[in-house]
Amino acid sequence: MDFNDTPQEAAFRAEAQAFLKDYYPTAEDFKGLNPIEQAQLWAKRKFDNGWSTLRWPKDYGGRDASPIEQVIFNQEEGKVSDLGDPFQIGQGMAGPTLMAWCKNKDYLERYLPKLSSGEEIWCQLFSEPAGGSDLAAMRTKAERDGDDWIINGQKIWTSGAHYSDFGILVTRSDPTVPKHKGLTYFFLDMKTPGIEIKPIKQISGTSNFNEVYFTDVRIPDSQRLGDVGQGWSVALTTLMNERAAIGGGGVSVGVKSVMQLAQKVNIDDKPAIEDKQVRAKLADWYVQEAGLKFTSYRTLTALSRGSTPGPENSIGKLVGAPKTQDMASFAMDLMEESGAIWDDELSELAGLFQGTFLAIPGLRIAGGTDEIMANIIAERVLGLPQEPRMDKGIPFNEVPTSAKG
Amino acid sequence: MNFEFSEEQNLLRDQARGFLLDNCSTRVVRDVLEGDASYDAALWKKVAEMGWTATVIPEEYGGLGLSYLELVVIAEELGRAMAPIPFSSSVYLASEAVLAWGSEEQKLAWLPRLAAGEVIGTLAVSEGQGQASATSLNATVSGGALSGTKLPVIDGDIADLVIVAVKSDGGDGASLYLVDLTQDCIERTPVRTLDPSRSQARLDFNGANAELLGIEGRGWSQVQNLYDRAAVLFAWEQVGGSDAALEMAKDYAMGRFAFGRAIASYQAIKHKLAAMYVKNTLARSNCYYGAWALETNAPDLPLAAATARVAGIQAYYFASKENIQTHGGMGYTWEFDCHFHYRRAKLLSLNIGSEGTWQDKLVTALEHNNAA
Ligand SMILES: Cc1cc2nc3c(=O)[nH]c(=O)nc-3n(C[C@H](O)[C@H](O)[C@H](O)COP(=O)(O)OP(=O)(O)OC[C@H]3O[C@@H](n4cnc5c(N)ncnc54)[C@H](O)[C@@H]3O)c2cc1C
Repeated sequence: MDFNDTPQEAAFRAEAQAFLKDYYPTAEDFKGLNPIEQAQLWAKRKFDNGWSTLRWPKDYGGRDASPIEQVIFNQEEGKVSDLGDPFQIGQGMAGPTLMAWCKNKDYLERYLPKLSSGEEIWCQLFSEPAGGSDLAAMRTKAERDGDDWIINGQKIWTSGAHYSDFGILVTRSDPTVPKHKGLTYFFLDMKTPGIEIKPIKQISGTSNFNEVYFTDVRIPDSQRLGDVGQGWSVALTTLMNERAAIGGGGVSVGVKSVMQLAQKVNIDDKPAIEDKQVRAKLADWYVQEAGLKFTSYRTLTALSRGSTPGPENSIGKLVGAPKTQDMASFAMDLMEESGAIWDDELSELAGLFQGTFLAIPGLRIAGGTDEIMANIIAERVLGLPQEPRMDKGIPFNEVPTSAKG
Repeated sequence: MNFEFSEEQNLLRDQARGFLLDNCSTRVVRDVLEGDASYDAALWKKVAEMGWTATVIPEEYGGLGLSYLELVVIAEELGRAMAPIPFSSSVYLASEAVLAWGSEEQKLAWLPRLAAGEVIGTLAVSEGQGQASATSLNATVSGGALSGTKLPVIDGDIADLVIVAVKSDGGDGASLYLVDLTQDCIERTPVRTLDPSRSQARLDFNGANAELLGIEGRGWSQVQNLYDRAAVLFAWEQVGGSDAALEMAKDYAMGRFAFGRAIASYQAIKHKLAAMYVKNTLARSNCYYGAWALETNAPDLPLAAATARVAGIQAYYFASKENIQTHGGMGYTWEFDCHFHYRRAKLLSLNIGSEGTWQDKLVTALEHNNAA
């Protein structure tokens, strides 16, 4: 065990720092670009210089780097960049799924480099009104028609569908077999005729996710990943990578920002940071933050020895999201009555705490709810028995879906 | 001993609930939250016509002369409905302050109009980020003219009357002044907040006419006493909101199916709702005691109020966030009403002082009782 860089790692870190110093765009470069264009500008520079999607093969725009190298780069990049990451689904989930399941080399050469360079953005068309936690309960229909499939149905909560070029899609190709057996997985161009995208407004007031409707949308069979009926297995590859990507979360309400605030505001006419109750809370949250960080390092070591991301990754979001919620709430308490003010100019850190307070309930739900994460730890990590299931081994179209049956 | 509300009070609750179901659906809350209006003026008018704003004001000042037990019944229902009206500011803070410390003249000037809802009152203590204290105040009155800035002031953009805490050279370091907000020299700027269903503002005073309320140099202890009384009423609003959030979560969980079963049949959800129920019940019982202490002006009021307040804050935060969680993705949408409770829970927990401030007061009250 050694928490310090090895000589090679230190050399890699220095190289990464040098790249970031020379190539990270200036405020001038970013001027006039919207957040997505800014992220794309940076992605392209990384790609052109061999610093994008580090763990991918060189042929597809990567660097054949080790997991540890990826972490080192993320650490260094985090110090200079606070850009959003519209590529999380494409680079983090769709890319690895394509590499694992797509047998057509032309496709890999066509799609992966553009994913890596940020030129093309992908979205995840999995969840449906009747299938969120119970993802395999999805109903969107896929019917074979010659060399094509015809898709009808509805997806929901699709983050970024409105600015995405492509999507990964799971459909029901056979409702008469048990639910996990009747699914088929595709990727598709979001400009295919028959797709309609409607934004959904979130409680924070912004709209980043959407309803996506499919009416007789045609997808060539060549864009199927895995066999017909094998969609669930393919989806699991995506979901495993999702858990690896989401763990930790990129939210910046944490011990550091709350401590900064506690130095500025008073309790009993003294800086809040001197208050024992405040200190105890910060200590508890720090224990969680550090625990998560070091847990992710340990996972990495396992990864670098060849294991795949497993259900243990569920811990990151399960701990991180509720912690962030409580911290944002507590930070507002420290501001007392002013905590309610949510204004770019009047609020501390331009309203970071208020904005996070309203955004964070989404993170406790997206990519597997707290409850589902806890179930995964209980059942898949600890090996505890599942609850009795009403949906196993019976045809999908006979599974109860409401109190009426 | 008798730990229950009277039959008349229970009847009042039924009437209040029925009235608010008809007149304050979540559609009404949404209209204020989304729209330009600072509050629902029509609802405010009806609430005043029903005499709710006059509940505890004595008859000689145009009130109904009822007890605080009637007022907490109304508070609970307003909290449940998340009514977008300046009730807490005008009734629990401004009217209470004038009642407690107003001269006969001030009472006659303001209470009848506050009782009738013709005048909206509020209280202004905070002057920006962090905990206010007697020594942190900068606003001052000299020769009857008030100068300084108050931020945020709940309902400050719509109020006609504000009770302002200002710095004082003697006594406990502060004094309360009564200010007619219709004066031209007062600048009011609405501020954007987490819960736009209740408006807030920044008030800038440049030599506004101000009248002393109560005793010069006793303002800070007056504020504390006012907060103790208001805390009980706020806590009842919080309990009302907590129960409404629990009911929403329960209804949704019964109808939503996942893996072939109602999600309400999963222990993770059952225990979550049971935890809400437990917190709500403890908060409610603490509120009962608080209501009694408020009505009888019991020596135990500071402890009873802080207990109700802390329990109310915790119950509503928990119920409102876990109600969203129970709804899954739906709970995170603007279109569903879950976020109204989440916003309101946070707002109510920041008005009149945060959880930590009240936890501290609670233990101070305990020390005081133990010493006595
Ligand atoms: C911000 C955001 C972004 C998203 N982005 C995407 C996206 O890009 N692509 C995509 O496909 N999806 C996306 N989603 C959807 C997300 O994956 C689902 O919302 C989530 O899986 C929950 O599903 P649901 O909303 O149907 O809730 P439900 O599954 O109906 O859950 C309701 C409640 O029941 C609980 N519950 C359900 N089953 C069980 C059980 N077995 N045991 C105990 N409790 C249970 C849940 O924990 C929850 O509290 C996003 C969601 C959010 C909030």
